[in-house]
Amino acid sequence: MSFMPVILWTDRLIFALLAGVLVLVWFIRRHEHLRAPWRLVAQRPMAMGAALVLGVFVAIGLLDSLHYRERLADSRADAPQYSVEVLSVFDALVNGLRTRQEKTYSAPLAMQLYAKEFVERDGATVRDYPRLHYGGAHLTHADAHGPDIARRALVGLAQGLAVGLLLFGLLAAWQARRTQTHMGAWLEAWATGRLGWPARTVVLVLALMLLLGGALIQLASGYHVFGTDKVGQDVLYISLKSIRTGLVIGTLTTLVTLPLAIGFGIAAGYFRGWVDDVIQYIYTVLNSIPGVLLIAAAVLIVQVAIESNPELFDTAAARADIRLLALCLILGVTSWTGLARLLRGESLKLRTLDYVEAARAFGVSHARIISRHIFPNVFHLVLIAIVLDFSGLVLAEAVLSYVGVGVDPTMYSWGNMINGARLELAREPTVWWQLGAAFVFMFTLVLAANLFADGVRDAFDPRMGTRR
Amino acid sequence: MLAYILRRVLYAIPILIGVNLLTFALFFVVNTPDDMARLQLGVKHVTPEAIERWKVEHGYDKPLLLNVQAQGSAQFTDTIFFQHSAAMFAFEFGKGDDGRDIGNEITTRMGPSLAIALPVLVIGLMVNITFALLMVFFRATYLDLWGVVLCVVLMSISGLFYIIAGQYFIAKLWNLLPISGFAGGIDGFKFILLPVLVSVVAGIGSGSRWYRTIFLEEIGKDYVRTARAKGLSEVRVLFRHVLKNGMIPILTGVVVVLPLLFMGSLITESFFGIPGLGSYTIDAIQAQDFAVVRAMVFLGSFLYIVGLILTDISYSWVDPRVRLQ
Repeated sequence: MSFMPVILWTDRLIFALLAGVLVLVWFIRRHEHLRAPWRLVAQRPMAMGAALVLGVFVAIGLLDSLHYRERLADSRADAPQYSVEVLSVFDALVNGLRTRQEKTYSAPLAMQLYAKEFVERDGATVRDYPRLHYGGAHLTHADAHGPDIARRALVGLAQGLAVGLLLFGLLAAWQARRTQTHMGAWLEAWATGRLGWPARTVVLVLALMLLLGGALIQLASGYHVFGTDKVGQDVLYISLKSIRTGLVIGTLTTLVTLPLAIGFGIAAGYFRGWVDDVIQYIYTVLNSIPGVLLIAAAVLIVQVAIESNPELFDTAAARADIRLLALCLILGVTSWTGLARLLRGESLKLRTLDYVEAARAFGVSHARIISRHIFPNVFHLVLIAIVLDFSGLVLAEAVLSYVGVGVDPTMYSWGNMINGARLELAREPTVWWQLGAAFVFMFTLVLAANLFADGVRDAFDPRMGTRR
Repeated sequence: MLAYILRRVLYAIPILIGVNLLTFALFFVVNTPDDMARLQLGVKHVTPEAIERWKVEHGYDKPLLLNVQAQGSAQFTDTIFFQHSAAMFAFEFGKGDDGRDIGNEITTRMGPSLAIALPVLVIGLMVNITFALLMVFFRATYLDLWGVVLCVVLMSISGLFYIIAGQYFIAKLWNLLPISGFAGGIDGFKFILLPVLVSVVAGIGSGSRWYRTIFLEEIGKDYVRTARAKGLSEVRVLFRHVLKNGMIPILTGVVVVLPLLFMGSLITESFFGIPGLGSYTIDAIQAQDFAVVRAMVFLGSFLYIVGLILTDISYSWVDPRVRLQ
């Protein structure tokens, strides 16, 4: 099976961002004074546990950003035709989840459809719950349903535990070798928390994720763990696909915000005078417009532009992707003002400090003073803002999608899931699993991001050190 | 004082002009009336005549800035800019797509918005301050630590979840309160209760955590140490000194949002069917009613600037050290 790689705009930016982060990590590792606060972060159990969870989300998001189009089976070899469906490496990994489509709603782990239908049974037509095509299809009798779920869950847990123990053993052996102690001594230090890094939390969180993952994989191979949605698609698959959307909005928006906030904020504080007046005017105007309305106006404009130029996009995915990118741009333009104001205030203070005055007296250029003296001293504020904004942006996506100015309706996102399932709560019996899954996934990501952000803020904010 | 206020008001005018120009650019230049018509009438299968008719109906058939066909001052007044953007300074918003006068709608819908937003603000403030003070009182203990963690957990839950869960459990499952709706007067009380409760609970996480940091900042200051050295009990220190001084940043933060309360909350009002300005805005966005969206942008900016001016004034009022000049 051959394929054609597809590089969407957000993919490009995501991998550019990843490269940027890696360069930054390399740079920080080489400078001791930059490493010190990160060491503090690494000593916080909550931050490290959260970082692990975030790592899983990011890994899924990155896998989901490698897109391709499959070649159609019946196309000729010299003139290959490609499917209009854009898939990703992640889709290929969870192919079963994607393709096992039912007819309509079904409850989590169910083997029957949610609604009654007329089915043929023993030659007669009766009204009953029809069996699912895939969920629990391997069962011959309904009595085996419960025990089968329990068996699969236990097998999954056992597998997770086995992998976890193996990894833990390897970690202990490696660490004991590195510190040249016995494994027993290392284990004792681990159990009593005397290792200098939050090894207990890290191991526990890792174990929890492995157990959960093991059970999930075992159950997902035979059932729809979170049920299916209105068109019968697996809700677990939709939730996992939504991770990328959330991450893109949380990170790319910041990418747009940073140049604006840093440029305008530092310029206003450093140059003062008319530059300051103009920049303050710009951000008061932007700030005074209610954010949702500005976003709505801009999204409507983008929508018109996309709809009047359909020839620019060869697939629906490319169109949805441009809309996602536009949303990030718009969110970035509306949300840089807070950080800019903060940086302006800080630069105002910094420019009067002796070493800046001295640099100016020596005739050092403005650009050099800003890059050597001002920017490194406000960088911690930028970093704190990045991590703090992330979770807010992920939550904002859901609200914007509800208002109708969020991501493209065809895109997988938690906001679209909530929006689509909101009215189904009124059904009898309630269809709750779609909402539940969206909220659980969103909550996990946002909570991890918040806990990590707290750790970063406590380590980088100089005011925090003196308080406790 | 009066001169200061006057100067601030004068300073507000260029900002409002900026907002006005920006919305004009967004709605008429980047996104031309032709585009709007096409969006409203359906992008495909739309005839030029239909677009012209739509533009005439909505008064968008005039030139943007300068009408060369008109005579005298009508060259400037008989334009889209003058009739649709400049007119907002006189609070003349024109008519929405449903033919109703927008200014009229705004005045009738402010009441319901305020009926939700004001109790949320007041009760939320009291609840959050109580939790924050409790955490500060038990600071550096496990109670404080887990209090903060609980705040972070509460913050991490989507606002939509609070609303949906509140409606589902309290209204649908337990039948305690109506799911949505609104009524004026005393009857309205039962409709207001659920949205207020949900909004207050949704705000506890971020609110109490923020106030906790404010109080902790105060508690590290010298006058608190002096108060303790005098032999005051911890409770007395907290209430007489820390709370009083911590209220300065809290109250000034509240003053900024006071005028914006009129705008209501988009999501809450839309979910609970409150006929306020929030649901009006959301309906306008969903129906792509540009006239209403523009009016709400202008109103929102205006109220925000009023809030900024009020904040400056209130600073000097609660904190005598601040002198306005």
